[in-house]
Amino acid sequence: MALDGQKTAYKYIGTTPNRPDGLDKVTGRARYGADISVPGMLHGAVVRSPHAHAKIVKIDATKALAMEGVKAVITRADFPEGLEGEDWDIQENCMAGEKALYDGHAVAAVAATSPLVARDAAKAIEVTYEILPHVTDVDEAMKEGAPVIREGAADFSVPEGLHPNVVRYFDSGRGDLDKGFAEADLIIERSFTTEAAHQGYIEPHACLGQMGADNRGELWVCTQGHWFMRRMSTAVLGIETTNIRVTPSEIGGGFGGKTTVFIEPLSLALSRKAGGKPVKMVMSRNEVLRATGPTASASMDVKMGMTKDGRITAAHGTFRMQGGAFAGAPVDVTTMLAFANYDIEHVHHIGYDVITNRPRQAAYRAPGAPMAAFATESVIDELCRELGLDPIDTRLKNAAKEGTRATFGPKYGPIGFMETLEAAKAHPNYSEPLGPNQGRGVASGYWMNWGGETSASVAISEDGSVTVSVGTPDIGGSRASMALMAAEAFGIPYENVRVNISDTGALGVNEPTHGSRATYASGLATIRAAEECIGKMCKRAADKWGIDPEAVVWEDGCAKPSGPNAGEFPPMTIAEIAGEMGGTGGPISGHYEDSPAGFSGSFGTHVVDVEVDPETGRTTILRYLVVQDAGKAIHPAYVEGQFQGGAAQGIGWALNEEYIYGEDGRLQNPVFLDYRVPVASDLPMIDTVIVEVPNPGHPYGVRGVGETGITPPLPAVANAVRDATGKRICKLPLRPSRVLAAIQGKEV
Amino acid sequence: MTKRIHVSTTVNGDEVDYLCDPRETLLDCLRDHLGVMGVKEGCGTGDCGACSVTLDGRLVCSCLVLGVEAEGKEIGTVEGMADGEVLHPLQRKFIEHAALQCGICTPGILVAAKNLLERNPDPTETELRYWLAGNLCRCTGYDKIIRAVMDAAAEMREAS
Amino acid sequence: MAELHLWSGLRALADGKEMVEIEGETVGQVLDGLVAAYPGLEPALKRGVSVAVDGQIVPNSRNHPVKPDSEIFLLQKLAGG
Ligand code: FES
Ligand code: FES
Repeated sequence: MALDGQKTAYKYIGTTPNRPDGLDKVTGRARYGADISVPGMLHGAVVRSPHAHAKIVKIDATKALAMEGVKAVITRADFPEGLEGEDWDIQENCMAGEKALYDGHAVAAVAATSPLVARDAAKAIEVTYEILPHVTDVDEAMKEGAPVIREGAADFSVPEGLHPNVVRYFDSGRGDLDKGFAEADLIIERSFTTEAAHQGYIEPHACLGQMGADNRGELWVCTQGHWFMRRMSTAVLGIETTNIRVTPSEIGGGFGGKTTVFIEPLSLALSRKAGGKPVKMVMSRNEVLRATGPTASASMDVKMGMTKDGRITAAHGTFRMQGGAFAGAPVDVTTMLAFANYDIEHVHHIGYDVITNRPRQAAYRAPGAPMAAFATESVIDELCRELGLDPIDTRLKNAAKEGTRATFGPKYGPIGFMETLEAAKAHPNYSEPLGPNQGRGVASGYWMNWGGETSASVAISEDGSVTVSVGTPDIGGSRASMALMAAEAFGIPYENVRVNISDTGALGVNEPTHGSRATYASGLATIRAAEECIGKMCKRAADKWGIDPEAVVWEDGCAKPSGPNAGEFPPMTIAEIAGEMGGTGGPISGHYEDSPAGFSGSFGTHVVDVEVDPETGRTTILRYLVVQDAGKAIHPAYVEGQFQGGAAQGIGWALNEEYIYGEDGRLQNPVFLDYRVPVASDLPMIDTVIVEVPNPGHPYGVRGVGETGITPPLPAVANAVRDATGKRICKLPLRPSRVLAAIQGKEV
Repeated sequence: MTKRIHVSTTVNGDEVDYLCDPRETLLDCLRDHLGVMGVKEGCGTGDCGACSVTLDGRLVCSCLVLGVEAEGKEIGTVEGMADGEVLHPLQRKFIEHAALQCGICTPGILVAAKNLLERNPDPTETELRYWLAGNLCRCTGYDKIIRAVMDAAAEMREAS
Repeated sequence: MAELHLWSGLRALADGKEMVEIEGETVGQVLDGLVAAYPGLEPALKRGVSVAVDGQIVPNSRNHPVKPDSEIFLLQKLAGG
């Protein structure tokens, strides 16, 4: 696809107006998942397994049901049998069947007249367990003799002879590794581990569900995708998809973790059992950490070869990941993207998806990519160090560009990796002098982005203002971006556009706001739907003027006659056309739906300076730079926000965040005090540079920007700590005790 | 059922009362009994600051205060920051600086920042970062939040 | 005929071939042709794959056009956060 027809001069795109939901959000009026109450509402609570792996022998709810105010108790017996594949996984994860598979696994739920009564009733439900041996570590889970989580969970891809906990196997690559490594002047091979990190959205999962005996109902819920929510919830309940209408609330963060279901089908099942009374369910933070999210943990071996002048000759990676008690660790993406930044002829990846007694992993921002980047970008850093090469120059030498055959197969279209490297090199942060105990790290990352099922509508109001209806929940300001794109398409002021996030009853199926797709895909659909409206408005003007619609053009919010035979008429504004539309053919609206395939990936390069306290091993981030390709930044302030937020999450994963399981298989740190996400005093300002290499697959050149930013920080921080201390640490997080041990020459 | 206790208190200048279970937190009472939904629960253990309110002018996590402790006190929440339709400078600067993405942390951070500026109208960036260290934001990396507060503080100093 | 490239894990299910030539005017026709030629690939395709046609990833778009000289890669199923 050529860039022809893509706009390059903009009136609204690239400006930074106030977001339409800003006022509600700074005054406390915005309504999130837990903020809605309705008359007659009940409150739900969940009974969760305290054991990592246990047979459920008996559930006795007699005492709970006898309590004043208790209206319903459900267990797995209240859900249909016979589900298959992912639907079964989701059902089993929402409510345990024969076995509790991890600490925090739901085994029963109760609805009562108040949150306190529900909580007390949950405590009164007696569950008899038979404790089974457990395993929570990925390498342990693959060893002979490890407890088997579930027989027969492996799919066709797993070769003979592996432990039954290995449920999927990936193998991809090209070229001749022996030849590639023979060409290298230096080969480095290292083993790495990363821990599970939680998405850490500040808003716990919350919903209000209502369903009658006819299996019809409503769900109000914080979710990244309400059609996913509807499909999964109804599948778990074994009812028709359309029976439930899902309305998304404002959402207090998701980062991938709110693309699936947990308590929502429970609220519907409780409601049905309680005679159709609505049931509100709100997770505690403890429940969020024990039973939702996190991402997979990884154990990896990476080997790369380089010539003296910095050319990568061959790369091999083995990636073992556990994603909890169900298949789905994103090792497929890990293998695909591990070396995708570079032009490498001889490359091979092997991946293992392993199940353990941990919560079912959920997508987390660029799922699978940060772990791989930690391993591969650390090895590249080590190669550069040993060969005395500049890390940015070396990356420039190997960087993928338009026409490069990606390590996963196809050729790249126009991409902006080189541009991010050049901008990082030119940035003053890259030449700031460093003091003692300080170090600098560089790393790059990539996310291929996504299109996905998309349906959007645009309607012209009687006064010429415009309503845009999209189906992708707004997590970080996307309503502002949609309004800017609509304003640009129509040539009307930003303020004249209102953007609604429609419920599942108002549009066709939309995939969630995930995969960095909302601004790209819903934006594309908004522009196309606006163009349909414009076509109709030109026709109305042409009819009025008695000329051919082809002789009418749309400019600056007006229909104008154009061309030699169009005649002389004063332009008609959108307000004039809208004002009389009832009498000229009726309401004017446009609609667009597609699974757009024109998305294009975004590369980023980060430069970080750290200081490591040699006494304590504590790492302080001194400076941080994010350079990333946005294609075209619709609302640059929110693009910067995505860069900064991704970097902060990556820094947390690199330095502090980790799931810690005890010998008993229980999560040791299910509170924010101990699961330590970055706080304001942990971080400096995060400098940003937006690179714009337009994506030819979007009318304005947009690339998704949400995910790439979490990928480089893991290796960038580790590379900086290496620079500051002289120690290469191959395990995350780089908590002070581990860094101190490395400085002292101990094993880490 | 536990006997409920009658509590009279003031929220954003308005006298209100509620009946609460002695186990309920002030956060529960504000949200469930008084419908003050701008106060958010992110953790319930005093670690995230989403529930920040002022109690007689002191910044507290309302999830760590019992509902009964509010008797006779003055509570300030985000709902009381604007003066009618005129936003507090912090609220305005948060919108202008894009200092919120999802916005769930915003009410707590606004209440905390306002409380700081009342004590120290001219904080350094470091003082501000440490003051806000009890308010988690997972979306923004804090950069734009810090800029918005510093800018609001500068404007407020000029105006006074 | 379009050139269809398989990732190495799939090659064992397709007589060890890295590249196969398949007739078809859409992604759907090519995938159907692939399964007809190598039935062992069916479970892999059923589990879900992404397809890149001439460099563009076209997730779940069976009707995406394929040219006689198109270069097609099967990729692992993609999603995002
Ligand atoms: S909810 Fe009170 S500090 Fe988190
Ligand atoms: S804006 Fe989402 S947590 Fe702060």
